[in-house]
Amino acid sequence: MSSSDEGLRDTGLDSVRLHDWLSRTWDHKRGLVGWFSTVDHKVIGRRYIITALFFLALGGLAAAIMRLQLARPENTIVGPDLYNQLFSMHGTTMMFLFAVPVMEAFAIYLVPLMVGTRAIAFPRLNAFSYYVFLMGGLMMWIAFAFNTGAEAGWFSYVPLAGPEFSPGKRTDFWAQMITFTEVAALSVAVVVIVTVFKQRAPGMTLNRIPLFVWSELVTSFVVLFAMPAVMMASTMLILDRLVGTHFFNPAEGGDALLWQHLFWFFGHPEVYIIFLPATGMVSAILPAFTRCPVFGYTAIVLSLIATGFLAFGLWVHHMFVAGLPQLGSSFFTASSMVIAIPSGIQIFCWIATLWLGSPVYRTPLLFVLGFIVIFVLGGLTGVMAAAVPIDAQIHDSYFIVAHFHYVLVGGAVFPLVGAIYYWYPKATGRMMSERLGRWHFALAFITFNAAFFPMHILGLAGMPRRVYTYPAEAGWSAMNLVVSLASLAFAFSFVLLAWNMMRSLRHGTPAGPNPWTAGTLEWATPSPPPPYNFARIPVIDNVEPLWRGNGSPAGEVSGLRVDARELLVTTLTEAMPDLREPSPADSIWPLLAAVAVGATFFGSIFTPWAVIWGLGPVAVTLIGWFWPKGAPEDE
Amino acid sequence: MRTGSRLSAAILALFLAGCTGLPAGLDPAGPAAEMITGLFWWFTAICTAVWALVVLGLGASLLRARPADDGASPLDRGSARRISATRVVTALVGATALVLVALTISAFITGRGLAQLRGEQVRTIEITGHQWWWEVRYSDGGPAETLATANEIHVPVGEAVRLSLRSNDVIHSFWIPRIGGKQDLVPGQVNHLDFTIDKPGIYRGQCAEFCGFQHAHMGLVLVAHPRDEFERWFSSQLKPAQAPRGAEARAGQQAFLSRSCVMCHTVRGTPAGGKIAPDLTHIASRSGVAANTLPMTRGALAAWIADPQAVKPGAHMPRTELDSDELNSILAYLEQLK
Repeated sequence: MSSSDEGLRDTGLDSVRLHDWLSRTWDHKRGLVGWFSTVDHKVIGRRYIITALFFLALGGLAAAIMRLQLARPENTIVGPDLYNQLFSMHGTTMMFLFAVPVMEAFAIYLVPLMVGTRAIAFPRLNAFSYYVFLMGGLMMWIAFAFNTGAEAGWFSYVPLAGPEFSPGKRTDFWAQMITFTEVAALSVAVVVIVTVFKQRAPGMTLNRIPLFVWSELVTSFVVLFAMPAVMMASTMLILDRLVGTHFFNPAEGGDALLWQHLFWFFGHPEVYIIFLPATGMVSAILPAFTRCPVFGYTAIVLSLIATGFLAFGLWVHHMFVAGLPQLGSSFFTASSMVIAIPSGIQIFCWIATLWLGSPVYRTPLLFVLGFIVIFVLGGLTGVMAAAVPIDAQIHDSYFIVAHFHYVLVGGAVFPLVGAIYYWYPKATGRMMSERLGRWHFALAFITFNAAFFPMHILGLAGMPRRVYTYPAEAGWSAMNLVVSLASLAFAFSFVLLAWNMMRSLRHGTPAGPNPWTAGTLEWATPSPPPPYNFARIPVIDNVEPLWRGNGSPAGEVSGLRVDARELLVTTLTEAMPDLREPSPADSIWPLLAAVAVGATFFGSIFTPWAVIWGLGPVAVTLIGWFWPKGAPEDE
Repeated sequence: MRTGSRLSAAILALFLAGCTGLPAGLDPAGPAAEMITGLFWWFTAICTAVWALVVLGLGASLLRARPADDGASPLDRGSARRISATRVVTALVGATALVLVALTISAFITGRGLAQLRGEQVRTIEITGHQWWWEVRYSDGGPAETLATANEIHVPVGEAVRLSLRSNDVIHSFWIPRIGGKQDLVPGQVNHLDFTIDKPGIYRGQCAEFCGFQHAHMGLVLVAHPRDEFERWFSSQLKPAQAPRGAEARAGQQAFLSRSCVMCHTVRGTPAGGKIAPDLTHIASRSGVAANTLPMTRGALAAWIADPQAVKPGAHMPRTELDSDELNSILAYLEQLK
């Protein structure tokens, strides 16, 4: 590495000159090209979060229209055609375009700050992933606007999603959107794993990694192993639909249940891809508001890893009534029960943290408390659904709709909203309104329960999922009306959140670097953090490095270049300083490559030849991306 | 937060009071459903207790009296109590594991019990799912005793029944909450559902797996009769359709046979032999129209025949242009197909 002998080092630079040099080196260029070329993880992370929240709003709107339709029996606000598209778009959007991306987006923004490095690993791949995700999401919603929205559910069971029963392009758009988000998710997983493994601040040994970072690390591995299953499944589906293969066509020797196995082999880990980062958020918020390190650090890390493994052994509990052998089902009952243990360990450790510390009731903590109450209920109905005989009764009924909204909204969205209140000051430099936050929490907590608890009873009363209407004689009308009213109020609580976020951007009180006097490294940087994150890379000796006597880390690293982008690479387990590694400069090529890949995927919906024609532009952009320019990062 | 739980408890009470009884899924009509319901209540009791304990523990940890802040570094906070906290958490994890083992074993026991309910002598009924109706076929007794009907299953009380479930198009799911769990109908395979009904009565259900446009209107009715009543129903259904009586009904039959109706429907004893839509030989004896979307009345039947797409948008029954005389005569004919 010849660059190590040249260039200007930070040793001996005073803080003003250091800031000047680092800003010049790390800041992205102004103007449109600069905007599209940036590889700053904070800029990309922010765009990712805002885009995911935008899709949350769209998915929420779809749900609101569905609840208007179901408010009365035999309602005719939307017909079956639109309703089926709405619930398919709702589920697909919430899972693929909101929940998974937003959890990865928080990792993109926070992981480099929390492990104390200047940039994320493979920042261009990271930028590429954002553009691919954005194009996939926009493609699906624009298709929906042209009456070509997904119509076979977020699970797209065959043969219903196959060529015979879902003619037209609707399901093709769905299947290709999956491919887009897969590529994006896999890219982010790689980026996060390498950042955590190789770029931690010196002294951040494995047992000093913040729990949020641990959760994102485990999640990334789950993504790595789960996503290929659905990628293969969606590719097989699109081949069945466009090329005339018969993977899923029983009439030609295919198998309808093969799809379900492949889909749920991904689909169940998917729940943990969403849930694990949320537990990391809880573990990050709790110490700040109890003034006490999280109880049971090792137990929580092991629980995260155990959950990551067990997540792959549960998928058949989605298929208990599909006609599989009973012995096999029994195994999956047991494994589904077992995964309650690591979740239980985490819950007990959090309650112990609250017990040991002194709670400070600010909005982020309120959402964490709401999370525990709601998520535990959802987890327990999950235990009920793990029993084959009970599942036979409640499967595909509104009971299950209630169950997974308790788990996903209670278990992931509540911590996520808490995390927004918690990290907003870091990202924007301003506090969100606490008063509005408390109103938001109260409204969200009450209306969530009022909207989703009655669904348990509706399911037991025989109401199946995914029905666009129901007869008055069924006796479900009163409860559905309550559910609809409460869910509209729940939707309104998100308007409060959006208003709070937008208003605080201008009018919030300035936050300063560490408004919550929290202990992890992201709070050691100014708010918002400068493009280079840390003027000097910190050295740490503790899991809450800012809680040492004087509120700053144990030491600082010097000797990094300031005239070119350079990172400190440390060893995997002990985080000993190892190498100085150049970090890629801004580049427009990731965007162009994403456009070329996106056009190829999009074109393949209409003709398989697009895959051939697309190779050209993809090759050109990749060659441009990796062309040696004599810049430090190419050496 | 506690307001919230109180509120949801109040809402629950309101709903339970508002219903005429228990939800269908918890009101068993036979031994299989009874076992499932028992297991459900057992799980519900345990899970409610666990949830209440967790929430109590959470409340206690928030409300416990705390010593004044001694100004120590947060890193050392609670260190004196950590050992006892470790013991408590370990005990709770152990207890969780024990509860889960108990629940798992009880689920297995119930599963075994359900498997053992299956009698040796069972009546098999073949159910085939179609978009969006149920084909019902009794073929235990050889060709002469084979009977096809639709959307309505009749069984004798107290007799073990085995449904043999298939699908001709997409995946459907058979679910009548009061007789027990559900079972998917998967193209390319045959699934089974076993049950016995204890009490005579009418039990309603509908397709539980999303199957396309009219998934919401794929209802089915199960009628449980005393043995002799069932035999009477069965033998009357075995008969071919009766000849039309009266001029209007005869005109109706002619219209039926000369229009596109015959392409899809069978009326045994007439040239109508279509196989892709419900058998209409005894349609007037059934309680619903269009997979129980509408009750069996002359008006409902007229609405359905005149414009199926208005009743059930997307249904595979096309609209047939009929003038009002034709429509009335066809209705008169169908009403005689008891």
